[in-house]
Amino acid sequence: MPRPGFVLEVDKSTPPILFWRGEGFSLERLPADRSRVIYPAEPLAGLDDVDGHIRNALLNPVDMDPLPALLKPDMKLTICFDDASLSLPKMRKPDTRQRIIEAVLDLAAAAGVDDIHLIAALGLHRRMHEYELRHVLGDRIFDAFHPRGMLYQHDAEDYDNLTVIGETDHGEVLEINKRVAESDLVVYANVNQVAMDGGWKSITTGVASYRCLSYHHNPVTLQNTRSLMDRHNSDLHKSVWRLGKVLEDHGPKIFTVETTINTDAFPSPFDFLSKREWEWNAKDRAIYLATQKSLNRTPNRLARKIFHGIESPYATTSVQAGFTPSVHEITLKHVYDQHIVPVEGQTDILTMGIPFISPYNPEGIMNPILVMCMGLGYLFNMYRNKPLVREGGVVIMTHPTYREFNPVHHPSYIDFYDEVLADTTDPVVMSEKWEKKYAEDEWYRHLYRTGNAYHGVHPFYAWYWGAHGQQWAGKVIIVGGDPTAVRRLGFTPASTLDDAFEIASDVVGRSPTISHLHVPGVLVADVV
Amino acid sequence: MANRYLRSAQRVAGKAERVVRSAARPLRSYGFPYRPPSVPKGVVVPKLPSRLGANYDTEWARTPIASAARGLIAEGPLRLLVKGIANPEVVGLDRLDDLLRLDESPPVIFAPNHHSHVDTTLMIRSIPLCWRRRLVVAAAADYFFDKQWKATLSALALNAIPIDREVTGRKSSDQFRDLVADGHSLLIYPEGGRSPDGWGQEFKGGAAYLSSRTGAPVVPVFIDGSGAIFGKGMKRPKPGRTKVVFGAPLRPLEGENTRRFNSRIEAAVTRLGDEALTDYWTATKRAAQGRSPKLTGPEYNGWRRQWELGEHRKLGAAGLRRRQQRRWPDLG
Repeated sequence: MPRPGFVLEVDKSTPPILFWRGEGFSLERLPADRSRVIYPAEPLAGLDDVDGHIRNALLNPVDMDPLPALLKPDMKLTICFDDASLSLPKMRKPDTRQRIIEAVLDLAAAAGVDDIHLIAALGLHRRMHEYELRHVLGDRIFDAFHPRGMLYQHDAEDYDNLTVIGETDHGEVLEINKRVAESDLVVYANVNQVAMDGGWKSITTGVASYRCLSYHHNPVTLQNTRSLMDRHNSDLHKSVWRLGKVLEDHGPKIFTVETTINTDAFPSPFDFLSKREWEWNAKDRAIYLATQKSLNRTPNRLARKIFHGIESPYATTSVQAGFTPSVHEITLKHVYDQHIVPVEGQTDILTMGIPFISPYNPEGIMNPILVMCMGLGYLFNMYRNKPLVREGGVVIMTHPTYREFNPVHHPSYIDFYDEVLADTTDPVVMSEKWEKKYAEDEWYRHLYRTGNAYHGVHPFYAWYWGAHGQQWAGKVIIVGGDPTAVRRLGFTPASTLDDAFEIASDVVGRSPTISHLHVPGVLVADVV
Repeated sequence: MANRYLRSAQRVAGKAERVVRSAARPLRSYGFPYRPPSVPKGVVVPKLPSRLGANYDTEWARTPIASAARGLIAEGPLRLLVKGIANPEVVGLDRLDDLLRLDESPPVIFAPNHHSHVDTTLMIRSIPLCWRRRLVVAAAADYFFDKQWKATLSALALNAIPIDREVTGRKSSDQFRDLVADGHSLLIYPEGGRSPDGWGQEFKGGAAYLSSRTGAPVVPVFIDGSGAIFGKGMKRPKPGRTKVVFGAPLRPLEGENTRRFNSRIEAAVTRLGDEALTDYWTATKRAAQGRSPKLTGPEYNGWRRQWELGEHRKLGAAGLRRRQQRRWPDLG
């Protein structure tokens, strides 16, 4: 029986706690008697027969007819699937999406459906490389559909292949991929790693245009998204659900298949990362020391290669299919079963170790903007009710924050760092002053459409993702980061965690209370 | 004095001559007990059961020492042999992921098509290590266990178990049940023997029966290209390429009899065969419509059947061998 997450009050007997530092980690001692560490729950047990559960979900969907009843020989069937931003790190083969799509294709073949398109729901993310598509879908599907042009990736800038479905009562226009809009049935194959994913968000962002996304991917909406992991208190999700209603009323029939995975992210020998520190045995400690010492001497490029090569042994914990909102409610329950940790009250300081990966750098460099996005966007938002840190408190992250960018994946991030952040770090100001220029830049548009680059506007969205945390925190300190890069982000650099506490004392006094979000492991703190 | 020496020398020479003569005497001139006794007229000697063929006891081949030796053989000569003459591409192992993820992978029955003696070595090298360590191969008793040296070699190198290809006798099936209960996986060729003409043969019910009896799932496997390397009737192997496609594990359904389950296994291997030659979606559609090309080939006989086999092989791994790799001109 996996143990639930819990809050550890730090005292003198507490061992040093693991902090991620990008492609490395360190053990840090937290001040006794005023610190607490929030530990995630242990990974839940996975389903034994995943294929059987998928088949069962397709045959017994929620609030919809069984999939075989919806399949007709002369119909247009489109299967959309999440891109490489899920899961993190990438799932060990076979990916759940492959299993879902193969099960759907079996039924489609039995029904004699010929007109099938498979579309990667990228939104404004970069196009996946062939090896990533092969990883997500498996060689069988790739080899069968890609050469025939029946497997491709959504293009949010291909206006000949985008169509307007309708408009919400808030004036938000839903513009999506034409093939999806004109299909008789759309099946969405999803992997839900955190509560933010899934539901209407999958399809109304994954196959939408830039114009459509800009209604909810903006500073004002994201500042009022409290939090990203709490759909009912998120302005972003409210907007997405309004667009989903338009899709439901005027768009194609959508059959959603959602799956949840546990938090078993690290295979051996890195499995000690998920253990609680006082449970490390001699082997774990030896591996930690060997890994840490060698990583300190390893060039960044090689260290990144090692970490991005990790394939997680995630297990699927639930599969549900049918009408999107109904399915998503069940999904959320399963996600929260794994992630929720009850926490009492807020503290003055929130500390977090930033890992080597975020949803926007699979196989790539975690550049300074993504460090901000991961810290203030994702990890800060891992709460329900209220943030772990009080308003005006201090957020301390640990990450090397190199001034390094992947020019293939993140070309517009480079200019954003040099041009926009040099001018302002205020999301509202940059949105008004700079966003349009980047979004409409022909070169970025070309790289997004034909290469493997994120859309020109994407660094803005990554920045907006942290807008709520940025607004909430009185000060943000990055420990161990490149001082120039950290200052460019508008944050304060510190050499050590003790220095960071010293710097924070200007804002929170000499004896602040501290919460540490224990990563790896994913948790959502239910703060009461 | 000289005479004394001469007599002694004669005695020694005489003894030596006797020794040499007796050594040079052909064995047949020795009688019983050096040779079997003659049978008195009118007496019927009861026939002792043969210790070869289906009766060969392979227990010794599963001892730790023999297993270790087999491991070395698999990692050494067998590996080189397979790489050298068959160069296999192994696909579809992801379909076994649910079984591989379990702490202890349960015993399974691998049921591939069979075109060549290379198939067994190919399978041993292609099966994931967790099953390979405890894999026993069902081998034709009348071929692999008819002589002592063949039986010993088959048992040691392949962990082969003699099986009567015509009927799954009670003894064999009890032995397989015990082996599965003991955690061993089986490799069994449902066709019962190598293809005589390059096309497949109808599946016999052995794998389905054993699965129903033991509860172990059947993993359908399609081997493409081995027939062109060392098919029946070939005098020496002709190196080439092969493809081994693993399918999803099958279990007997509630109330399903062996015959129906066997048909399902055959259909699964047929579909994998189609997938190996075309692609996943084409094979899936054809299987759903019942139009998968039969493993047994076209109905007609004669030269047209062989002609079509050639066309069929061009599509598969065997065809790759003949395709010339394009070389760019050397422009200095």
